[in-house]
Amino acid sequence: MLTIKHLEAKVAEKQILNGINLTVNAGEVHAIMGPNGSGKSTLASVLSGREDYEVTSGEVEFNGKNLLELSPEDRAREGIFMAFQYPVEIPGVSTINFMKTALNQIREYRGQPTLDAVSFLTLMKEKMKLVEIDQSLLNRALNQGFSGGEKKRNEIFQMAMLEPKLAILDETDSGLDIDALRIVANGVNKLRSKNNAIIVVTHYQRLLDYIVPDFVHVLYKGKIVKSGTKELALELEAKGYDWIKNEVAVA
Amino acid sequence: MSGIVTRNDIQADIISSFQTAKFGEAKESRAKAIAGLEKLGLPTSKSEEYRFTPITKILEKHFIWENKIAESSITSIDDFLIANLDANVLVFINGSYSKSFSKIISTESQVRVKTLWDAFQHEKEIINTFFDKVIHSDADPFTAMNSAFWQEGAFVYVPEDTIVDKPILILHINDASTSQVIAHTRLLVVIEKNSQLTVIEKFDSIGQQAAFHTLSEELVVNENAQLEYCKIQNDQGNSYQVANTAIHQSSSSKVNTFTLTLSGKLVRNNFDITIDGENCESHFHGLYLLNGHTVADNHTTVDHKQPNSFSNEIYKGIMDDHAKGVFNGKIFVRPHAQKTNAFQSNRNILTSENATINTKPQLEIWADDVKCSHGCTTGQLDEEALFYLQSRGISYDTAKAMLLYAFAAEVLEPIKNETLKGYLDYLISERLHKDF
Repeated sequence: MLTIKHLEAKVAEKQILNGINLTVNAGEVHAIMGPNGSGKSTLASVLSGREDYEVTSGEVEFNGKNLLELSPEDRAREGIFMAFQYPVEIPGVSTINFMKTALNQIREYRGQPTLDAVSFLTLMKEKMKLVEIDQSLLNRALNQGFSGGEKKRNEIFQMAMLEPKLAILDETDSGLDIDALRIVANGVNKLRSKNNAIIVVTHYQRLLDYIVPDFVHVLYKGKIVKSGTKELALELEAKGYDWIKNEVAVA
Repeated sequence: MSGIVTRNDIQADIISSFQTAKFGEAKESRAKAIAGLEKLGLPTSKSEEYRFTPITKILEKHFIWENKIAESSITSIDDFLIANLDANVLVFINGSYSKSFSKIISTESQVRVKTLWDAFQHEKEIINTFFDKVIHSDADPFTAMNSAFWQEGAFVYVPEDTIVDKPILILHINDASTSQVIAHTRLLVVIEKNSQLTVIEKFDSIGQQAAFHTLSEELVVNENAQLEYCKIQNDQGNSYQVANTAIHQSSSSKVNTFTLTLSGKLVRNNFDITIDGENCESHFHGLYLLNGHTVADNHTTVDHKQPNSFSNEIYKGIMDDHAKGVFNGKIFVRPHAQKTNAFQSNRNILTSENATINTKPQLEIWADDVKCSHGCTTGQLDEEALFYLQSRGISYDTAKAMLLYAFAAEVLEPIKNETLKGYLDYLISERLHKDF
């Protein structure tokens, strides 16, 4: 589904990614861990098409297409979804209107008929239940005055609505208490299927107790320095990142 | 006409034309006004109040001064009406009242709607009390010009304890298809105690010749009365407008105003609200969505003369292409006006490198126990918000329209008449290319 080869990127003249290689297949959940400043969020931003990030080398293929050539909206229409670490507050735009516009533009791109108001609301009700979000929240301006937990839940609600092929969860656990974390993780788990894939970007292991990954990668100084299964995450939790840094230094 | 016309010439043309003009009414106030105009003089490029709106230059360059109503061939006003709005309609074409296009549906016991000429004959007491008393002809050259040269106007009077359920819609249509238009129009609205009224003024123009329109508007809102007042400035072509509007509020009255400026070569609004009573509430809203080379200049004043009142002024603008916006907001809180709450905000978005905005808040507060605030911002669209919307599959253009619309639509909130609100929403959506 996703193949990243020798990806290098910089932001504001600072080189952050130094040759990432990663393959993600349908049905898989990959966790990307690493110490602060290792390039985790940069990788998520590059994949979703954020403008400030300049790819200097390498390629990213998504379902046979050159992802790096696509605009952010076309990436979304091709099936990429990023759950933001800091979802943006947008006054004056309700989540409902926003989602209806997004969903219908995606459907148009894919040559599907747009949804009328009734079918849209039916779909919305179904997804609301799935991620345990209240309609009153969705009637309000997008993320405005939402608590940290409400914002993250809204991200997962949007993910449920748009049914992406590849979801990238960027530090979704940051700022969440344990109850909010559980609700968000439950939502994600319900959306897991053999047809889609998820990349979980996280600093801590605790989210991975709930969203169990098939593969764990450690990112350090802009490179994947170690890959393994979920046990690797537990090892990192127990021992910290220093032993990885030492290994890299020795090599 | 040949050679270069200087400022003194146009001013001299205007003053001397007064001597030969034939006016039926208000001879005394006209004479006083022309003397005032002569004394004030037309603004020069150095006049602080008209620094960004060079109206004198425009008059010199594009107009030959004359005191006559331009001819019009308009045969239908359907294009200018607001769909489904059940309203009393008053139509002025090139400054002249059109009886055949106007339609008054409210009863005379609810509201007396007539032309100003008519009111000078039949409403002498009200005219004597209010006409040219609320607005100050000696303070602004264009108010003086209007007071000297006004051709016709609308008169609206609501007696005590009356809720007028049908709005008053005043259409100002300028037809500059065959010749230039110079029009001077007035409005006098008096709402007596405990009464309520909605007034909508809509400005349209057709034709490619130049049109110059001055307005002097006086609205009196007595004790416990309510006024909803909306202006829609959508002049096309070569239109230049200077509107002087003065609202006078007495105790416990409520006023909601909304000024939407979309088009025209140049629009200058001098809009003053005097709060001359306690427990008043005023929502003073404006929105200017400009493109092309349009210049819109809003000079506003809120004058708190009595204690315990509330005013909230919100003006917002989006400037595209080469458009130019100007906002100048004065708030006065007089020494006696303790416990005043007065708020002002002016927010602007520039969507083109060539668009400009000049904004200037001016607060003068003499009372010491008040809550007042003001703020002005100018910026571009929020890139982070744009990216967030795009990352969900929304095109750049739609995302931009969504954000601009959300920014603009906030000022519509206080409008109570749903049909009017729907129409304004439609105009805003159309201008901002909102098609979702």
